[in-house]
Amino acid sequence: MTGTPAVELRGATAEIGGRAVWSGVDLTIEPGELVAVLGPNGAGKSTLLRVLLGLLPLGAGSATVLGEMPGHRNSDIGYLPQRHGFDSSTRIRGVDLVRLGLDGNRWGLPLSGGRTERARVEEVIGLVDAAAYARRPIGELSGGEQQRLLIAQTLAAGPELLLLDEPLDSLDLPNQTAVSALLARICRSEHVAVLLVAHDVNPLLADLDRVVYIAGGRIVSGRPEEVITSETLSGLYGVPIEVLRTSDGRLVVVGQPEAPAHHSDRHAH
Amino acid sequence: MLAQEFIRNALVAGSAIAIASGAVGYFVVLRAQVFAGDALSHVAFTGVLAAALAGIDLRVGLFAATIAVALLFAALGDRIRVDDAAIGVVFAWVLGLGVLFLYLFSRGSGGSNGAIAARTLFGSIFSLSGHQTELAAVIAALVVAGIAGISRPLLFATIAPDSAAARGVPVGALGAAFLILLAIDAAEATQAVGALLLLGLIAAPAGAAMRLTAEPRLGLAISVAAALASIWVGVALAYAAPSLPPSSAIIGVAVAIYIAAFAATWGKAF
Amino acid sequence: MGLFAYPFMVNALEAGTIVALMAAVAGWFMVLRRQSFAGHTLAVMSFPGASGAALAGIPLALGYFGSCSIAAIAIAAGSRGRMGRNRQQESAVIGTVQVAGFALGFLFLSLYSGVLESLETLLFGSFLGITQDQVLTLLAVAAGVAVFFVLVGRPLLYASIDPAAAQARGVPVRLLEPAFLLVLGLAVAATAQITGVLLVFALLVAPAAAAQRLTARVGAGLALTAAIGLAVTWLALSLSYYTDYPIGFFITSLGFAAYVVAHGIGRRR
Repeated sequence: MTGTPAVELRGATAEIGGRAVWSGVDLTIEPGELVAVLGPNGAGKSTLLRVLLGLLPLGAGSATVLGEMPGHRNSDIGYLPQRHGFDSSTRIRGVDLVRLGLDGNRWGLPLSGGRTERARVEEVIGLVDAAAYARRPIGELSGGEQQRLLIAQTLAAGPELLLLDEPLDSLDLPNQTAVSALLARICRSEHVAVLLVAHDVNPLLADLDRVVYIAGGRIVSGRPEEVITSETLSGLYGVPIEVLRTSDGRLVVVGQPEAPAHHSDRHAH
Repeated sequence: MLAQEFIRNALVAGSAIAIASGAVGYFVVLRAQVFAGDALSHVAFTGVLAAALAGIDLRVGLFAATIAVALLFAALGDRIRVDDAAIGVVFAWVLGLGVLFLYLFSRGSGGSNGAIAARTLFGSIFSLSGHQTELAAVIAALVVAGIAGISRPLLFATIAPDSAAARGVPVGALGAAFLILLAIDAAEATQAVGALLLLGLIAAPAGAAMRLTAEPRLGLAISVAAALASIWVGVALAYAAPSLPPSSAIIGVAVAIYIAAFAATWGKAF
Repeated sequence: MGLFAYPFMVNALEAGTIVALMAAVAGWFMVLRRQSFAGHTLAVMSFPGASGAALAGIPLALGYFGSCSIAAIAIAAGSRGRMGRNRQQESAVIGTVQVAGFALGFLFLSLYSGVLESLETLLFGSFLGITQDQVLTLLAVAAGVAVFFVLVGRPLLYASIDPAAAQARGVPVRLLEPAFLLVLGLAVAATAQITGVLLVFALLVAPAAAAQRLTARVGAGLALTAAIGLAVTWLALSLSYYTDYPIGFFITSLGFAAYVVAHGIGRRR
């Protein structure tokens, strides 16, 4: 595990419908890093996740995930798709959902398992600070609480890489910051690389190791303060972009062109 | 009471069907597919009449019709919830066919169609032969084995379909397989309590279980137990009061259990 | 047409027209609100009402209206969750109400006479032997239903599409939802006396489902539903008259055909 990057892309190009979404991408993500994937709508953020999962073959270049070809180590990847929301009437408990994260894909009865399994479930629920409400029906919980349990569910089987598609999407700001801090903690304590797609970098700024910014068919990665600058983003977009810092420390990106609607990317799940 | 063979047959077949229906029913309610189950049960009626009209074994029509419509629903549906208007239109049509078959059959055969219609609609648990009882037990065992085999991934796919799909669970195929198991259970239960009442063994016990707990293993157990209780108490009541039809008694108990569970949890937030 | 030389056919046509129009409006809302299961169950509840009334020696109509109303209230009460309509619980409640209705109906029938002809008529109905009085009663009920929708149609539509927003704007959603079910129950009870229990549902669901496949607009949708409903009913009446086959078969088959055609046309857009 040490020494092998969690993700490595060299000269990678992703194509949808014969058109390149992004090209010539070099990217390395080390174990234990918290990395955010940013960019305008339709830029190809979800496409990056799909490539890493082996769902979309590269048009050019190479990619390795956990040392092997994408798709081969998926059992060691925790993937959280974009939330479609729990039916509020679902009569199942959070702890049951997390338990299913451990082995819900195996045939047979949903047994509670032995001491090891139960201990792992409790451990992972503790990691996300959800112990207080894990035994309540999941439909009764708030969005932030449900999201923590969903994250716990992806962690249960002990993945080496977490791919989260817009995990902060439906949360309010305090919850976004809290979940961001939680993910940073998990990176360090579980030595897991976390790659998450986000719209707004601000709740994540304090915790991010690196940013991957996708725009104009190209990708720039580096520390947030290197990437989210007027010069870097202008170079990426090809038009003048200004990055402003507000008095309370938030970054605002101004001047982005309207992204053309790439339906294939948006609905590519 | 147990000295009588027809009672023993009723209890054995009924218990087998109750266990299968209670287990299937838990998932039916969890997946909010009770209407599909209702549709399949009414379709059983048409299947029986088609077989009667064609002069073949009634059970062939029964199972063929329910499984065929289950496959139709699986093909129509989005991963978990089939459009309920689509279900309604399909099953109204199938029922209309049943009406036609009943008409044609009664024109051809004279008086006996009334008995077939009544037995199919309301069951005949007190008229089961030893052979029918064995068959019921075998089929129920198959359904239970099927549910047991898929229950874990099915549970995952039901409550978190996207996450389950990400973990490699074949959500669509599981949904179809489940509907087929439901169809087989519905067809089997038709012989015991009738097409119109089998929802009472599928929806009511599971509904009661869901009111009482959100823990899946406990929910399954309560659902099966409630269905068994309905059969046993219902048969006993019908034996004690001969003017009480057994299927009404069985369903009456099931409904009472549901109402009791509802009342016991009335104040709780749902 | 020789068809209308017979008064019973004239009555049947009048009754059929009134039923088709009433079912069109009520059914359109039912399909929109995804309450087809409730509608079917309310239709079913005519059966214990009728057989119970026969057993008790009270007027049949009283039994029909009484049991359908009780069922509507039971379903409305049982579907209420902490956060509005609880779909999972709703379907369990509806299923239970339905079987309770059938079980009771069968019990009453067995106690009353055990004669099976009445069972078939109760369940499948016929359009023959409709009296002028029945037509007038039907007209009165239809008028009441029409008044309800004229007064309440707009807020009901709002509550059906976005209950939370409607509630916030002052629409009494918690009152409207049971009220709709009650009106649906009354419409169903009036119709079931003529078409029989199991087939009134076909008139409620098929024209509306077909229309909603073709258009999402309200006015056009309602008009289309009425048109399809009328066409199906008149055609079914004529076919049944000339071929002697049961009318229920024609109504359901024509309705199904309309839905399939609408589905096909809807796809091509």
